[in-house]
Amino acid sequence: MQTYTPPLRDMKFVLTELHDFSRLTTLDAFSEVDADLAETVLEEGGKFTSEVLLPLNVPGDREGCRLENGVVTTPKGFRDAYRQFCEGGWSALSAPPEFGGQGLPETIGMMLSEMICATNLSFGLYPGLTGGAMVALRKYGSDELKALYLPKMISGEWSGSMCLTEAHCGTDLGLLRTKAVPQEDGTYRLSGAKIFISAGEHDLSENIIHLVLARLPDAPAGIKGISLFLVPKFLLRADGTPGERNGVLCTGIEHKMGIKASATCQLAFDDAKGWLVGAPHKGMQAMFAMMNAERLGVGIQGLGIAEVSYQSAVAYAKERLQGRSLAGAKYPALPADPIVVHPDVRRMLMTMRVNAEGCRALGAWVAMTLDVAEHAADERQRRDAEDFVALMTPVVKALFTDLGFESANLAVQTYGGHGYIADHGVEQFVRDSRIAMIYEGTNGIQALDLVGRKLPPHMGRNLRGLFHPIAAFIAENKENPLLGEMVTGLERAFGALQLATGQIAERGMKDPEEAGAAATDYLRLIGLVSLAYLWARTVAVAVPKSFAAGPDQAFYGAKIASARFFYDRVLPESASLYLKIKAGKASMMALADDAF
Amino acid sequence: MKVLVPVKRVIDFNIKPRVKADGTGVETAGVKMSMNPFDEIAVEEAVRLKEKGIATEVVAVSVGVQQAQDTLRTAMAMGADRAILVLTDVAVEPLAVAKILKALVAKENPDLMLLGKQAIDDDMNATGQMLAGLLGWGQGTFASKIEIADGKATVTREIDGGLETLTLALPAIVTADLRLNEPRYASLPNIMKARKKPLETIAPADLGVDVTPRLTIVSVAEPPARQQGIKVESAADLVARLRNEAKVI
Repeated sequence: MQTYTPPLRDMKFVLTELHDFSRLTTLDAFSEVDADLAETVLEEGGKFTSEVLLPLNVPGDREGCRLENGVVTTPKGFRDAYRQFCEGGWSALSAPPEFGGQGLPETIGMMLSEMICATNLSFGLYPGLTGGAMVALRKYGSDELKALYLPKMISGEWSGSMCLTEAHCGTDLGLLRTKAVPQEDGTYRLSGAKIFISAGEHDLSENIIHLVLARLPDAPAGIKGISLFLVPKFLLRADGTPGERNGVLCTGIEHKMGIKASATCQLAFDDAKGWLVGAPHKGMQAMFAMMNAERLGVGIQGLGIAEVSYQSAVAYAKERLQGRSLAGAKYPALPADPIVVHPDVRRMLMTMRVNAEGCRALGAWVAMTLDVAEHAADERQRRDAEDFVALMTPVVKALFTDLGFESANLAVQTYGGHGYIADHGVEQFVRDSRIAMIYEGTNGIQALDLVGRKLPPHMGRNLRGLFHPIAAFIAENKENPLLGEMVTGLERAFGALQLATGQIAERGMKDPEEAGAAATDYLRLIGLVSLAYLWARTVAVAVPKSFAAGPDQAFYGAKIASARFFYDRVLPESASLYLKIKAGKASMMALADDAF
Repeated sequence: MKVLVPVKRVIDFNIKPRVKADGTGVETAGVKMSMNPFDEIAVEEAVRLKEKGIATEVVAVSVGVQQAQDTLRTAMAMGADRAILVLTDVAVEPLAVAKILKALVAKENPDLMLLGKQAIDDDMNATGQMLAGLLGWGQGTFASKIEIADGKATVTREIDGGLETLTLALPAIVTADLRLNEPRYASLPNIMKARKKPLETIAPADLGVDVTPRLTIVSVAEPPARQQGIKVESAADLVARLRNEAKVI
């Protein structure tokens, strides 16, 4: 059964014990925020997600979305849940107060997102896309557009979509064909067809604000000739309320493997009226602004699925009676032992556990740094934070979604045949989480982004935010008896990462295919080392607290055990990754294309 | 019209309580605590009365430890205007709570006391009734519907075998049952606002109430584990077992 209790204790640990929450509260923008508020908000958000969204997850998957005469109907209950979501102010959580947002840190917003994605990934896409569209509008939109559209998008009354992909171009947007023709009144008319548009059409909000990539008539060919436009589903009347229908029509919705309650739309733009967002031909810049925000968001989807998969697997492993412990019956009063006693089941549960907790710790680190990048008064501090977020965005996206999918698979494995059939709802996690490794740039593209765009600038300056703290931690804790051999393990993996980094820089400079061949393994390696660093810090925090008798003793004990499992059973993968990277491209590229 | 709503901080309804090893009570240290669900219903009803323009002020009250502040903040996030914490570390009994509430009534002069019918921790189901006795006010317990008009409260009560409707002259005591309403989720803006609403802390002694427990807990124990069922051989066997072993016929 899909089982979920919001992991509030771990969130608190990550926010206030592992990381320094005062990094946020010392920023002027968050002067009224404290740990108590964060806790209250997450608790209330946890109630909403587990009590309102989770019960809609299985039925939403079964019912899916329907398209009739250009109108998309979401599954039963979604409209009401979305209304409650907006009325509760959740859509406005981290939005700027000048447009009616609550102005809370993105860090808290991401933890809320985690709970939304855990309980109902499909639902989460609707507000999620609005969030991405708002980022582009905030950063590049004119003041007039912002004033007209942002408040209603923040309140959730209007939602957003990001219209990038066309049938012949997904990853390579330079090929796109949608046209925008300037009009005398300063607006544009857009024509073309877009596909794979999440939340492109639905019945949840009274207007949908599409952000559309298109070409102006005088546009240079390729990626440098793309501009971004705002195209509302309903044009606004003079009083700002939705009026006449614009020329955007949903011509189809996709039938897909998972996230069936999320409408994935084909949209036809037929002389649709639009407004330019940002400068002409500079659309990719704005597109990346929303894309980067979305990539972190998609990473959090992986984390959400990892958590709900873990909890659902644990619930079953504790109640499913089958066989006896290899060490002799552990529950002699029962007809068989619950399968949680078996080492191989433990292997799966522990893997899922460290996936979720590790990603939560890393996600919060990146989210806090994102808040610093947005709000710090000091320019240097902002720049350093931006560097780190730029580096870690592809890592969060690809690593978290890989691990989320791994956890979903392990949950099915824990259930055995009962996981493969639909009744328990865990196979849905596999289907739902699969897309997260693909959309907003496939994980392969994330790896290329990392080695191609994030490592080279300013002689690798982006790496500092990660490498410096790890190196400092190793130096400070070499003799720390609390950590024992963990520091050695971290040092070894970090050493492999540094070697791999040097090798990619050197070989990749001469031959970009070398960087390409190493990319996916390198992303995983940098991800594992980041997690290893956070697990070591977790132990440094948890060990002293674990001595005190009291209600939290078990929590800290479990943290330490989980960290050890990570070091014993997950981190060793770093050695194999290093060997793979070292092997280079030769065997990968040896076959001629015709030989496939 | 002013409404006073007492709320109690109890073990969250999702948590399976554990008896303390020494049998003196239930373990609460480190356990997730929340507002008593029946009190949540009472708060919701009071807030709805305010939204309808019937109530003008909703005051939440709690008697208990410092952390009961969180419970009061929750009540204010739901819509209560202000809160009073009567701070004590003593595990207060219904009579002491009723006396404290009586003293607060003298101070606040509410027109309606809206309570949960009972708290899910000890299930005493006594505070509202005792308070009615102490104040000499009318009481409508186990309410599933409340209507206020012309200085009167019409209360539909859930009783064995059906519903009973009472009309009470205000001021009065009403205790909320499960079906009175479905409490709202606190909205994010209201959570933020609740942090700025006034929360007054006073001591039981300030109200002249002695909260020393009058009851002695002899022991607290888990219910005995249920024995595994058996298949009986025949009807005669069943009758014999019911008569001789279970001693129920």
